[in-house]
Amino acid sequence: MERVIFYILAVIMIVFAIASVTSRKMLRSVIYLLFVLCGIAGVYFLIDYNFLAAIQLTVYAGGIIVLIIFSVLLVHQIEMKLEMAKTSKQILTGLACVIGLGVFLTTIYSHDFPVVENSLTTTTSAIGTKLLSYEAGGFILPFELVSVLLLAAMVGAIIIAKGGKLTDRNDQTI
Amino acid sequence: MIPGISIYELLTVTSILFFIGVYGFITRKNLISILISVELILNASVINFVVINKYMYPDMLQGVLFSIFIIAVAAAETALAVSIIINLYRQINSVEVKDIETMKY
Repeated sequence: MERVIFYILAVIMIVFAIASVTSRKMLRSVIYLLFVLCGIAGVYFLIDYNFLAAIQLTVYAGGIIVLIIFSVLLVHQIEMKLEMAKTSKQILTGLACVIGLGVFLTTIYSHDFPVVENSLTTTTSAIGTKLLSYEAGGFILPFELVSVLLLAAMVGAIIIAKGGKLTDRNDQTI
Repeated sequence: MIPGISIYELLTVTSILFFIGVYGFITRKNLISILISVELILNASVINFVVINKYMYPDMLQGVLFSIFIIAVAAAETALAVSIIINLYRQINSVEVKDIETMKY
């Protein structure tokens, strides 16, 4: 049963990822990305990391996709077709990607992973305890750093999007 | 771990997703499309962290915590990139890569 679900999810993810990087309409490619992200959340549910799947659904499918859709609506006309690269460049890039994929897959399949058979379930409280512990192996310092980073990103995004000084100078030169 | 699915199949799927992201990053000419490709690449790497943690070290939590940090950094990066794109559109009325020459040299 899990096998079938995983194969369906894998096909959905790969097909929609290809559609997302080749579609000529901007908004459609964002929606295809949304399907890919939901498929990834499904993979997290399958390997029993429920908390991570919830984070993936709220942060990516709920936050980042809405942000990108807003920027598309602010920046583009919906009907506008995207400019595509030259066919020779597309073929060359596709060939390079296939060669790189071949190198990756030969490396992966020739390496013997020491897989441990298990069916452990990770609880959310274990993740929280590890995240906030300040003993050896605890993650309290990166946790605090990420909170400072998010604050800085928020302030920076507001200042850049307001763009006071640069537009003033532009008006003067025009 | 998923019953009946080996680690090789999962790593194959993430490698394919990664290279689709690389392909889009190189061939697309629009800043927002490039942002979408970067999201694909980041997500493929996050699945790799989680899968290797679950299949090889199931009693540890490092992979899950690192993937949480990667998701947080990706969210911050997307917010900044979107604000830069909107500011750029306000100034030069375009988000195509070839029109952006202000910081080229």
